[in-house]
Amino acid sequence: MKSVWAIFKREFAAYFATPLAYVFIVIFLFTMGAFTFYIGRFYESDIADLDIFFSYQPWLYLFFIPAIAMRLWAEERRTGTMELLLTLPVPLWATVLGKFLAAWAFTGVALALTFPIWITVNYLGDPDNGVILASYIGSFLMAGAYLSIGACISATTNNQVIAFVVSVVVCFLFTISGAPLVVDFFRAWAPFPLVNAIASFSFLTHFLSIMQGVIDLRDIVFFFSLMALFLAANIVVVDLKRVG
Amino acid sequence: MIEIAGLTKRFGPITAVAGIDLAVGKGEVLGFLGPNGAGKSTTMKMVAGYLAPDAGSVRICGHDIESDTLAAQRQIGYLPEGAPAYPDMTPRQFLRFIAEVRALPRDAARQALTDAVANTELEPVLDQPIDTLSKGFKRRVGLAQAILHNPPVLIMDEPTDGLDPNQKHAVRQLIRSMASEKSIIISTHLLEEVEAICSRAVIIDRGRVVADGTPAGLLARSRHHNAVTLMLAAADAERAGATLKTLPEVADVEQLASNGTATLTAYSRNGAVLIDNVIAAASREGWDVKELYAEPGRLDEVFRAVTTSDAARARESRA
Repeated sequence: MKSVWAIFKREFAAYFATPLAYVFIVIFLFTMGAFTFYIGRFYESDIADLDIFFSYQPWLYLFFIPAIAMRLWAEERRTGTMELLLTLPVPLWATVLGKFLAAWAFTGVALALTFPIWITVNYLGDPDNGVILASYIGSFLMAGAYLSIGACISATTNNQVIAFVVSVVVCFLFTISGAPLVVDFFRAWAPFPLVNAIASFSFLTHFLSIMQGVIDLRDIVFFFSLMALFLAANIVVVDLKRVG
Repeated sequence: MIEIAGLTKRFGPITAVAGIDLAVGKGEVLGFLGPNGAGKSTTMKMVAGYLAPDAGSVRICGHDIESDTLAAQRQIGYLPEGAPAYPDMTPRQFLRFIAEVRALPRDAARQALTDAVANTELEPVLDQPIDTLSKGFKRRVGLAQAILHNPPVLIMDEPTDGLDPNQKHAVRQLIRSMASEKSIIISTHLLEEVEAICSRAVIIDRGRVVADGTPAGLLARSRHHNAVTLMLAAADAERAGATLKTLPEVADVEQLASNGTATLTAYSRNGAVLIDNVIAAASREGWDVKELYAEPGRLDEVFRAVTTSDAARARESRA
């Protein structure tokens, strides 16, 4: 556990050691605001809740999270520090977990910095803060799931651009697998349980259900098991690269 | 302390390391030599546990690197090729990170950091981002990282690459000072480095060990081993050459002439010592000798004799 903490600290500090963290956070907050106020017409909706704000998040994460995740392993591979990291007496799972948690904590910081909108909506009206809290938790879990996918893909390449593009595509598939576009395509011919299974992999479905203000254990389990699955895959990918 | 048996690594159709057996004991400094692409770095990567071998085993202080990886890696200090380090950290932060990952207790970590910094003379740049450091300092950050936990086994891939002569001297001094209580493997292209610090030299070519012995033992295989070179007045050259050829220990004499002086090199037969007889002949016949010296041998000659060029290897593997 101590080594997870050591890896976590280094990785987390690395975000803030370069302009990366600041640029990312500023652009993330700006884009969130732009979508909420201009495209979502937050004021004109005249409703004191953050549904508009949260409903854009899966789509923004689709680009922002792979951008955070792409450097996790690809960068280590490119600079050669991978060799250093993997010859230190640390179990591989601890390295994978430490790096992932650092990236997740970083998205947590970015997400937490959207708090002015929460203050705004409380100032303007009387929103259900329980629902808002649930939505924040759901958003954070969803970010973790996107990140685990991105981290795993980053481990397969030393090219950050490839890591980014492939991650966006895979994340996109996971996002929309419950959308009519996909479900209708399968519904025409696939057996009902399969359609259900595919739809149940959708981040949107699970996130929207949390956004209702109900934190259902099934949604929590979904996001955590997805993270566990991709982190396990991440370990396997790193280990396979050792074999050459 | 390091036992390597039948170590093999293939990358697709190319066999990078083809069954290497080596045992390195305490107090040994093994110089790993070989042309680029001979498999030096690949071998070291397997010994340090970064690459998994296709066959064979590596044991570090009794721990198998594949089945008991962490215990083995705790005993190793490893400087990877190119001395990678996190560019955005300062040497102080970086070494603290290594100490923490290696789970050194707080006080021991502080002491270890002070010692490693002193030994590698990193003090003046301790709080500058590694990114901004010169090549020499970067290399020493990697060295400091490798020796931080005072490991019994040190594996260093080109520890003096990119250092200036003063820095090279300092690093060699450091390695020599640690040699008695550790097993050390260094790879290098610098043949003089092997003569300066290694107690044993291993030359590999195409993934195989082609020479293994003390530096002196390898030098004895050189054509120049115990050869004597004289510089003398051109007028004496003919006579001196003829006399040298008559000495029983002389295998061959080569002559180079240039304005007014001539250089004669007498090669030894079977490594016999020539110099006494050459001096005696020179004084007996009264040659006008400007310079005279004997050579221990030339490692580069041995190196060229037992290894192949990378182009030849590439042609061969494509054939």
